[in-house]
Amino acid sequence: MKHRTTRLGTIATVAALGALVLSGCSTSGGTGGVTDAASAGLTPITLQLQWVAQAQFAGYYAAVDQGYYKDEGLDVTIEEGGPDIVPQDVLAAGDVDYAISWVPKVLGSIEQGANITDVAQIFERSATTQISFTNKDITTAADLTGKNVGSWGFGNEWELFAGMQQAGVEVGDISLIQQAFDMNAFLSGDIDAAQAMTYNEYAQVLETENPDTGELYQPEDLNVIDWNDEGTAMLQDAIWANADKLASDPDYADNTVKFIKASIRGWIYAANNAEEAAGIVTAAGSSLGQSHQLWMTNEVSKLIFPSTNGVGLIDEAAWANTVDIAMNTKNETGATIITAEPPATAFSNEYVQKALDELTADGVDVMGADWAPIDVTLNKGGN
Amino acid sequence: MTPLSPPLPERFGLPARWRGAVFGVLGVVVLALLWELYTVLGPEDGVVIGTLTVLPRTSDLAMPHLATMFARIFEPVTGAASARPLWQAVAAGSLFTLGIASVGWLVGVIVGLALALLLQRFRLAESAILPWIILSQTVPLIAIAPLVRRWGAQLQFGEFTWESWMSVALIASYLAFFPVSIGALRGLGSPDANHVDLMHCYAVGWWKTLWRLRLPASVGYLLPALRLAAVSAVVGSVVAEVSIGLRGGIGRLIVEYAGSAGGDPGKPWAPIFGSILVGLVAAGFVGLIGLFLRRFRRGEVSI
Repeated sequence: MKHRTTRLGTIATVAALGALVLSGCSTSGGTGGVTDAASAGLTPITLQLQWVAQAQFAGYYAAVDQGYYKDEGLDVTIEEGGPDIVPQDVLAAGDVDYAISWVPKVLGSIEQGANITDVAQIFERSATTQISFTNKDITTAADLTGKNVGSWGFGNEWELFAGMQQAGVEVGDISLIQQAFDMNAFLSGDIDAAQAMTYNEYAQVLETENPDTGELYQPEDLNVIDWNDEGTAMLQDAIWANADKLASDPDYADNTVKFIKASIRGWIYAANNAEEAAGIVTAAGSSLGQSHQLWMTNEVSKLIFPSTNGVGLIDEAAWANTVDIAMNTKNETGATIITAEPPATAFSNEYVQKALDELTADGVDVMGADWAPIDVTLNKGGN
Repeated sequence: MTPLSPPLPERFGLPARWRGAVFGVLGVVVLALLWELYTVLGPEDGVVIGTLTVLPRTSDLAMPHLATMFARIFEPVTGAASARPLWQAVAAGSLFTLGIASVGWLVGVIVGLALALLLQRFRLAESAILPWIILSQTVPLIAIAPLVRRWGAQLQFGEFTWESWMSVALIASYLAFFPVSIGALRGLGSPDANHVDLMHCYAVGWWKTLWRLRLPASVGYLLPALRLAAVSAVVGSVVAEVSIGLRGGIGRLIVEYAGSAGGDPGKPWAPIFGSILVGLVAAGFVGLIGLFLRRFRRGEVSI
């Protein structure tokens, strides 16, 4: 009898665990995209990001939240990226309608056959820097000689290599160190000059307590090599569209203009309402700390505003510079991103120009000449 | 009420069934003590031989104190007013990952058993397929995770659409089927030749031999394989979640919390503890299955 009861008990436990596990599964149905069920009459559009939800994409999340896409008749679902998700490949495979990615990374994919087009260059400036503690005395690319230089690799290294090449520093003159997602190697001194995005890793350092003072690290503690100033900046976050569909499908071309238009409105909203935009991104599922999220919103706005030609318009000189670096900069294996000029379909100002014209006609300020960033105080751990 | 011979030896004054648990806890305590001792006594810059770091630095960044990690678990995830405590976020993530890993495990076990039966039944299949099964495990997971997600995204039958979590479960099953197929194959082949011959003498068919002889004999091989598969499924789920950035699970938390390693050293450890917990629960679940099959568990082998 005793045997019987224990077996029954076991069956009950297994059944309970099984139920628990299945309930865990059934809640996992959603893909985390932002969708609206009651979207009758709206055109479904999917956007592939290059990373998980964070303020780097605040404009798109704000455009969803504020209904800007809906105003244009689009029902936009945002697909998050991940470490191994290559947005331009997902786009070229036809799985999504638009993708966000850096220009140099996509140039490589285009040369390998991806037929996609940069339809709006949202980030005008580059956010990649090489940071070091002031006691290392690294203020220019030339100072990197003989130092431990960190880089994430995987296509994030080209501005650094171009800067070094321009300063006459060979890849063999530095010791190149693979950087992780965190800044611990930099903080502990294993890396002298670390790669840092102004909107992310730079802030991560400023959120860390300096063991010598007991206070957080201050901007005065750091030297920053900004590739915009060095002249080797490359174009970063852009909206990419499928070139074949742009040519063959008038509806898709039409939607592209609408998508860009609403996205620009989203970015204008994020720049002018940093607090709210940071809150929208957090509500969309980002778990970044509050002050870090706000910092990121503010910093990415600086990459867009004030705008030189209108948000999203591709500056031909900057494009040519990016292509030039992509063709002539060698990495540690001696390879370049591309070997020949990209095809004419690699970028087009046609759609963004239409979008800008329509926005200007509506009285929207697409230049942000008077825009000024806010002051963000970072807290420990970004909280 | 004194039994003639005690059924279980009672050393240390503890019943044997508790001894395992006590030693398990003791092992964790020793590990924790070693960690803390090293942070106090270890050289500040770690132990470096040549350019190779053999032992880590002892700074709070590299090796936060256990107290830091535990205190962090009870604080909110972020400073936002709506933020829930970190342990809740990790628990939710753990449950999500456990769910996916279970689906992956189930699929892996079914596929693994089916393969083992096929290989056992047909000698030709064994020589043709077995090398491929082994080769399959040399494919790097991070390479196939995004591919599986992309292929999956193109699948659609009527109402059914392929969700990203299914890609993760598929990868978990890809890792899980391997130990099951190998373990089951060995188990099915484990009966003595004279037992098999006896079945032949009785003119018993393959299916009945399987049911009466081979399956019961395989249990001892199968259970460790199932446990290994459970742990592999968890590892596969977490790695695939990291790889494609799937929201909701432990893998995603690992990616998201990594950035705060500098300013908030305790935080990135929380999802690591979560994944250990998921692994333990998964292995424990298989232990429960073992209870049902108690009478077949003679001479269990350990893998």
